[in-house]
Amino acid sequence: MGLLYGLIAVGLALIFGLMDVVNFAHGEFLMLAMYVTFFLFTFFAIDPLLSAPLAAAALFVLGAAVYLVIVRFAMRAKANVGMVQIFATFGLAIVMRGLAQLFFTADYRSVPNSWLGGKTVSVAGIFLPQPQLFGALVAIAAFGGLYLFINRTDFGRALEATREDPGAVALVGIDKNRVFALGWGLGGALVGLAGAIMATFFYIYPDVGASFALIAYVTVALGGFGSVFGAFAGGIVVGLVEATTALILPPSLKSVGIYAVYLLVVFIRPRGLFGSM
Amino acid sequence: MTALLETRGVWQRFGGLIANSDVSISVGRGEIVGLIGPNGAGKSTLFNLIAGVLPPTQGSIIFDGEDVTNLPAAARCQRGIGRTFQVVKSFETMTVIDNVIVGALVRNTVMREARRKAHEVLEFTGLAARADVLASDLVPAEKRRLEVARALATEPKLLLLDEVLTGLTPTEAQTGVALVRKVRETGVTVLMVEHVMEIVMPLVDRAIVLDLGKVLAEGKPSDVVRDPNVIKAYLGDRHAVGA
Amino acid sequence: MDKQFVERRRRDLITAAGLAAVAAIVPLFVKDVYVQNIMVLTLMYAALSQSWNILSGYCGQISLGHALYFGLGAYTTALLFTKFGVLPWFGMIAGGLISAAIAMALGYPCFRLGGHYFAIATIVIAEIGLLLIQNWDWAGAALGIDIPVRGDSWLKFQFTRSKLPYFYFALVLACVAWFVTWWLEDSKWGYWWRAVKDNPQAAESLGVVVFNSKMGAAAVSAFLVAVGGSFYAQFVSYIDPGSVMGFQFSLLMALPAVLGGIGTLWGPMLGAVILIPITELTRSYIGGSGRGVDLIVYGALIVLIALARPEGLVGLFSRRRKEATR
Repeated sequence: MGLLYGLIAVGLALIFGLMDVVNFAHGEFLMLAMYVTFFLFTFFAIDPLLSAPLAAAALFVLGAAVYLVIVRFAMRAKANVGMVQIFATFGLAIVMRGLAQLFFTADYRSVPNSWLGGKTVSVAGIFLPQPQLFGALVAIAAFGGLYLFINRTDFGRALEATREDPGAVALVGIDKNRVFALGWGLGGALVGLAGAIMATFFYIYPDVGASFALIAYVTVALGGFGSVFGAFAGGIVVGLVEATTALILPPSLKSVGIYAVYLLVVFIRPRGLFGSM
Repeated sequence: MTALLETRGVWQRFGGLIANSDVSISVGRGEIVGLIGPNGAGKSTLFNLIAGVLPPTQGSIIFDGEDVTNLPAAARCQRGIGRTFQVVKSFETMTVIDNVIVGALVRNTVMREARRKAHEVLEFTGLAARADVLASDLVPAEKRRLEVARALATEPKLLLLDEVLTGLTPTEAQTGVALVRKVRETGVTVLMVEHVMEIVMPLVDRAIVLDLGKVLAEGKPSDVVRDPNVIKAYLGDRHAVGA
Repeated sequence: MDKQFVERRRRDLITAAGLAAVAAIVPLFVKDVYVQNIMVLTLMYAALSQSWNILSGYCGQISLGHALYFGLGAYTTALLFTKFGVLPWFGMIAGGLISAAIAMALGYPCFRLGGHYFAIATIVIAEIGLLLIQNWDWAGAALGIDIPVRGDSWLKFQFTRSKLPYFYFALVLACVAWFVTWWLEDSKWGYWWRAVKDNPQAAESLGVVVFNSKMGAAAVSAFLVAVGGSFYAQFVSYIDPGSVMGFQFSLLMALPAVLGGIGTLWGPMLGAVILIPITELTRSYIGGSGRGVDLIVYGALIVLIALARPEGLVGLFSRRRKEATR
């Protein structure tokens, strides 16, 4: 579960690190990815495993579009840039939830009988649910891919450079907007992957994003905003903490452990575990 | 008479980097003292130590007979140390007069008094006409002036000026020099950091030259500029850069 | 030289008194209970947003967890009344004081955090509070508390026949919150807060103890919000954790100020007067039939205003005023 949290959070971390914007509609991105997976399964009988790349592609387009249509303008605001970003993306989140209710209705849905759903594997005597296990593998693969992508490709380097000094980048002829749009697309694609996997073992409903969004913010902040590796580590920490608190506290209190750990970490290290001080 | 400000064997290390080593200087009451030196000489660090942005790694800072080494910046301001910032830090969303009122509140708890004091300072610094303008709408030279006004409103005994004359046009710099003289006439002691020697030398009573974190020379401006060490470290450095 | 300033302050005060007077006679003509209900909520959110604005707008510490104080006010009042028979008026003050104390206790570690870390910490803390109350059996856990209503009584601050007493109390609350802001704006605290928001390091160099300033703002803000929470508990006479402490309350408190103009005297009022009726109307007229259309309209509106008027709607007025004087 921790690795999945990491996967959800890493897209957020990427966008934040790139341009200092927290996407408050991140949970809704996740929700949409789950619906995409659901509909591909129901109408075209495409298993989530196969539709994951499609969900990622869809969310890539959405992420880039959101940047071009909304965030680009939010960043131009002359006053209260921080607030404008928060409320522009938050407004978007509300719109997306509304749209989901309108078109997909508020019913709880699930993807039954997928290749992975409900099956367990036994590893050294411990039974692990297959979807989660597979999710963990995808997450690790995605992190690996992302790492190579950022460090080995021209675009990855452009991304890094833009984040360090947008002004200088403009001088060498890189279109800032294109880089940012692609960054948002990439962030979307990552959460798209996460959504496809989540759809196999979690109920899908318009508000589903909200339950994961806060955990995603905590995960990102825990690792240190903008640090991709931090999000990965933060995800693992959150997963472990959740599992541990589930043993001690009643299930309804399980998030308390995660939140408490977040507070503890930032009180000691105000910039997260791996943020620069 | 005791000095107004004294640093005793002050050290500041950042990790492995030594920014100030064993710096002992003193500033007498009513003086204008220039703190000069090439880039990276540790002027700004020493300046921040005196203003209380951070405590020194070692050594002590005595102000007006009191050990202020471990006092935070706000407490030092209350005791009479006013400062400006090298990179101007105006309160951008507030008007010029409101910027200055923040400073005036240190010694005037009644709003009407603080407001009157702020107007007085604006008059003194020649910003009165711009009182109701937003700080963000000022031109750079005016922002520098606002920094000085804000610090003066705290009624300091010692005014720390961090490169207030750098980057101004010659005319603007001349008005700046006149302002510093006027400030001193009101009985305020001035310690100013400057990078460009030509501007400060005619203005200051005494110059302290820092190089590589140490005090290199100290004395009358006319003597200091002739000191071979200073010429080597400071001017030599500059010539080297120029060439 | 000061004449303009004094005049502007006086004009603000007179305008506010005039508006309050007009608001006070409106219910004499508007008898519709549904509309009255919206007016009560509008005034309440105006007061809440005005209070939120003190910490987040003036002092610049964006809190997205003020629902905690709202809930604390509501729960303190309701618990004291149902368990110990303490009158809501005392509960209101107790709730305010408890909230202010908790705000300061939480501020102690939180105010060292910057930007997003602070905002997320506030969300997380409110969320912990919500979960704790949900699991606290004595306080009704997830089921909440039903406040027994036995007829009209000013003493117990409950009214069944008419919404008017609630309306007038909410009006007073909004006026108080406005007046406190007006008064603080031209006090040393007001100047300190704005200085801290704009540039903490410069503020510190001018003798402002940044930490204390934030603490002061947090305490005032939390106190007023808690009083609002107490009022809400009496108004709806039934509270449960989700309905008084949920994240949506934190946002509903922030939105009017953001829309109207964050860190301004009139922003929260203006924002609430526009936003709350729209929220309620879309909810009841479109929400029932259209399934989510209310959310779409509402969300789109937030996006549009945020993008088109980053400095808030108050900017429209002040610009015109500036041009008029020119």
